[in-house]
Amino acid sequence: MRILMLALSAALINNVVLSQFLGICAFLGVSKKSKSAIGMGFAVTFVLTLASFVCGVIYTFLLKPFGLDHLKTIVFILIVAALVQFVEMFLKRYIKSLYDALGIYLPLITTNCAVLGVALLNVQKDYDILTGTIYGFFTAIGFFIAITIMSYIRERNEYNEVPKAFQGFPIVMITAALMSIAFFGFSSF
Amino acid sequence: MKLQKDKPIERLWNGIYVENPVFCLILGMCPTLATTTSAVNAIGMGLSTTAILTMSNLMISLLKKVIPNRMRIPSYIVIIASFVTIVEFLMEGFTPGVYAALGIYIPLIVVNCIIMGRAEAYAGKKGPVESVFDGLGMGLGFTLALLLIGSVREMIGAGTWFGMKVAPGVYEPVNIFILAPGAFLVMAFFVAIMNKLKIGAARRTGWDPTENSCTDCANCAKLGMCSGKAAKETVEEAKV
Repeated sequence: MRILMLALSAALINNVVLSQFLGICAFLGVSKKSKSAIGMGFAVTFVLTLASFVCGVIYTFLLKPFGLDHLKTIVFILIVAALVQFVEMFLKRYIKSLYDALGIYLPLITTNCAVLGVALLNVQKDYDILTGTIYGFFTAIGFFIAITIMSYIRERNEYNEVPKAFQGFPIVMITAALMSIAFFGFSSF
Repeated sequence: MKLQKDKPIERLWNGIYVENPVFCLILGMCPTLATTTSAVNAIGMGLSTTAILTMSNLMISLLKKVIPNRMRIPSYIVIIASFVTIVEFLMEGFTPGVYAALGIYIPLIVVNCIIMGRAEAYAGKKGPVESVFDGLGMGLGFTLALLLIGSVREMIGAGTWFGMKVAPGVYEPVNIFILAPGAFLVMAFFVAIMNKLKIGAARRTGWDPTENSCTDCANCAKLGMCSGKAAKETVEEAKV
């Protein structure tokens, strides 16, 4: 039950993009086509789950016992960067089909603040490794939902006549605002 | 008036106006949207980013001969993360209120693409003095943009400015502006106004709006992901 609440809250109520503003860059940059948006969604899900697990393990067994709490920002960003590199090499070598699908999105994830953000939130909220990993996974699902919906709306928006000044970035922002209002509905459960 | 390139004044003006990181390059969206719920938070975020950006620009520019080219991105990340940790402690000690309000977004300055972008595009190539002023200019441009967005959101959403009441008594605050959707909405209108001005200027004077912005995108670590390119395309499409 607790897990279910955690999942719902991470994926829908406190949606990572639309209410916490994490991973906005990827959300705006890669949502132009639904195909690439879904690719990005999968890549983020994969890396975010793995990163929250690895960061959780390192924090619990290495940083906390030695009182190195204050190094967590530096350590986490390095873990994320190294992990992304490692995952990329691993996929390239062993799971070629998955690499072809996710390949170009993987390096972009290092600077996706959702990944580092979730790792830090796990520490802040005092989640244990398992809870943290589940939280990371469902946060990524939230990202997946948001970026997929956004890409479909943007594909349809292409055929609409938008005022010149609002073309491109501003109209995407307004779409995001409306989506964000819609997601607010979940919090009034 | 033509300012001399790479001089301190030119760098400051470039960061604040010509290449304003928020309104022109559309970089650093996460902190821009998340921390502008009030003018105070916006200033806190802006100034801490300015401090980190200036220090990391100085450090990277001093170390640029020592850092091997292939290892530069990880080295930059470590330098930036170190300064972020320092600022985090300072804020926790001296401004606990702002620290609590900004919360997770302070450590997340590490992944703010403005800082990494400036390291890649400027500090890693130029001397320390220009780099410091470049960092200061960009940081102040970021702070001003955040202050502007934060002020609008606070005034409409809460009827106050820096906590002082500015709206008349009959005004009913529109709460949604200090919630998440308001951030997207205000940002959309600011960029639209900026586009409108640019399109007008391009029409009147034949000035090329992409001339000064985004020239460094090719080297940016976030190419293809940041929406600076989208802004450029908008202006280009608008010209046709």
